Amino acid sequence: MKFIQNIFDATRPAVTTGALKTLYPLHNALETMMFVPDHNAHSGAHVRDAIDLKRTMVTVIFALVPALIFGIFNGGYQHYKAIGELANASGWAQFFTLDNFLFGAWKIVPMIAVTYMAGLGVEIYFAGRNRHPVNEGFLVSGLLIPMTMPIDMPLWMVAISTIFAVLIGKEVFGGTGMNLLNPALTARAFAFFAYPSFMSGDKVWINTTTEAGQAVVDGFSGATALGQYATTGTTSFGVWDAFLGLIPGSIGETSTLLILLGGVYLIATGIGSWKIMAGSLLGAIAMGLLFNWAAPHMVTEAQQNFMSIPFYYHLVFGSWAFATVFMATDPVSAAHTERGKWIYGFLVGFLGIMIRVFNPAYPEGMMLAILFMNVMAPLIDHYVVNANIQKRLKRAKA
Amino acid sequence: MSTEKPAKEALFSKKNRSLLTDPLNANNPITVQVLGICSALAITVKLKPAIVMGLSVLVVTTMANLITSLMRNMIPNRIRIIVQLVVVAALVILVDQVLKAFVYDVSKQLSVFVGLIITNCIIMGRIEAFSLGNTPWKSVLDGLGNGAAYGGILIIVAFFRELLGNGTLMDYPVVEWMGLYDLGYKNNGMMLLPPMALIVVALIIWVQRAKTPSLIEKD
Repeated sequence: MKFIQNIFDATRPAVTTGALKTLYPLHNALETMMFVPDHNAHSGAHVRDAIDLKRTMVTVIFALVPALIFGIFNGGYQHYKAIGELANASGWAQFFTLDNFLFGAWKIVPMIAVTYMAGLGVEIYFAGRNRHPVNEGFLVSGLLIPMTMPIDMPLWMVAISTIFAVLIGKEVFGGTGMNLLNPALTARAFAFFAYPSFMSGDKVWINTTTEAGQAVVDGFSGATALGQYATTGTTSFGVWDAFLGLIPGSIGETSTLLILLGGVYLIATGIGSWKIMAGSLLGAIAMGLLFNWAAPHMVTEAQQNFMSIPFYYHLVFGSWAFATVFMATDPVSAAHTERGKWIYGFLVGFLGIMIRVFNPAYPEGMMLAILFMNVMAPLIDHYVVNANIQKRLKRAKA
Repeated sequence: MSTEKPAKEALFSKKNRSLLTDPLNANNPITVQVLGICSALAITVKLKPAIVMGLSVLVVTTMANLITSLMRNMIPNRIRIIVQLVVVAALVILVDQVLKAFVYDVSKQLSVFVGLIITNCIIMGRIEAFSLGNTPWKSVLDGLGNGAAYGGILIIVAFFRELLGNGTLMDYPVVEWMGLYDLGYKNNGMMLLPPMALIVVALIIWVQRAKTPSLIEKD
C-alpha cells in the first residue's frame, strides 16, 4: 500500500496549488476511497457518529447486492428458458448455473459500468468546476439505475438517461443532498418517456436472441405479470415464483425475498426509514383491499379480475418491494419529519397501486407515485412542522 | 453617429440601439422576464411553426407598439387597456388571415395559438410598459427587439426538439441522412412532450446566466 500512498503524496502539490487544480476532487475522491480520510478537527471537537456519507452509501450498496446477483442469474435464466435451453436439472440447480450467471453478467455488468462512467463523469466535471470534493451520492444511484432497467436496454440509452438524471435531477439543484427528485427514478422516468418501446411492452424483459444473432420465436410474449394483468386481467405466474423472483421484470426488481432481506439490513443499520417502508406497506394493502371491495362495480371483466386479486399479490408482482425499500427511502427526496414519513410512505404505496391498476398505459405505477410524492414531500413537511408549532403555541397559552 | 447634432437624437443612437439589443440578452422576455411561456411550450415541437409563430409575434408587437405609440396622447388613461386590446386584436386577425391565405398547413398546425397571440403577455407588456410613454420610432425598435428575442428563443427550442425528438429539421430527415438510425440511434420521444420544452428553456436560461453574470441575483 505504501507505493500508492507515495503516488498520492507526490501528486498532492500539483492538484492543491499547482496547475491541475480542477483535478483535486478526483484526487481527493480516489484517496479517501483507498485510505481512511485524514480529516482533522480544525476547531473545537464535536461529539458525532463516525458514520459519514460514504459509509451510508456503502451500506445501501451491501443491501442491494443480493437482489443484484439474483437479477444477474435471473437474466440468464429467463433467456435460456425462453429459447428452451435450460440446464438439465431440477429445482434451484436449474437456476444457479454458471451459464445463467455468465449470460446475465454479460448483459448487466456493462450497464453498471456505463452508468457509473456517465454519472461520475458529470459529477467529477461539476466538482472540478465548482471546486468541491466529489461526494458519494452517486454510488447508490449508479447501481440503482441499471437495476431498474430491462435487460435489453441499449447502453447508450442508459448513459443518456443517467446523464440527464444527474444533470437535471441533481446538479442544477446544487448537487447531492439538494435534489428534489430521486435521481435514479429520474433516470428511469426519462428512459421510460423518451424510449417507451425499450422500457415497456412484452418484448423487452427477456433477451431472446440466440448466439447466432436472430430472435428465436416470432411473437414470443415475455410480458411481466403486471403487463399481463393490464391486458387480460390474469397472470400466468405463480405468487410463490414471484416472491422468489423467478419472473421476468426489470433487472433488480423481481426477487421480493432478497429485496426484503436488503430492507431488513437497511432498517437494522438505521440507514433506511422503517416508517416509510411500513407506510408504503399499509398504503399498498389499503389500496388492494379498496380494490377488492370496488371490483364488482367495474365494467370490464379484465378490470374486475385484476381488482379482485388478493392484496398481497400487489406486494410481490412488479416493483412495489424494490421501490419501497430502495427508492422511497432515499433520505434526500423523502419527507424529513417523522410524522411526514408515515404520510409520505402511505401515499407512495397507495398511489403506486392505484396507478398500476387504473392506468393501462402504465402497467407499473410505483415510479410515478414516488416521483410525485418526492415533489409533495416538502409540502407534507411544511404542514407537519406547522401543526407542531400550532400545538406548542396552544400549550404555551394554556 | 458623432456627426449628428445632439439636439436631434440619431436614429440609431446608443440608447436606441440598446432598445433593440437589450431584449435579445439581458432583458429577454422569455428567459429573463419569463413571459410568453405557454406558446413556447405549445408550438415548438417543429421548427417551421415556430418560425412562423416568431414572425407573427414580431409583426404584431412591432405594429401594436407603433400604433399605440402614435395614439398615446389621445388615449384616455381609464380605457387604455380596451384600446390596446382592440389594436392587438385587429392585428392578430390580420396576421391570422395572412397565414391562412399563404401558409395554410402551418396555420393549421398553429391552430388556436395564432389567435392566442392576443393574450401573449409580451405584447400587452411592451405596450403598457413602453410604447404608451415613448415616441413611435423608439416603440418600433422596442417591438422589433422583443419580437425577435421571443422568436429567437422559440427557434432555438424548436431546433432541439425537432432534431432530437423527430430526427428532422424543417421536415428534412437529417438524422436519417446522417445514417444514425442504422447504428441503432432512436429518436427521443420525451423531446416531443411539453415538459421537455420547459427543460430546454431552462437549459437556455442556465447557459445565458453562466455567460452573463450580471443576471444572477445577489441573494
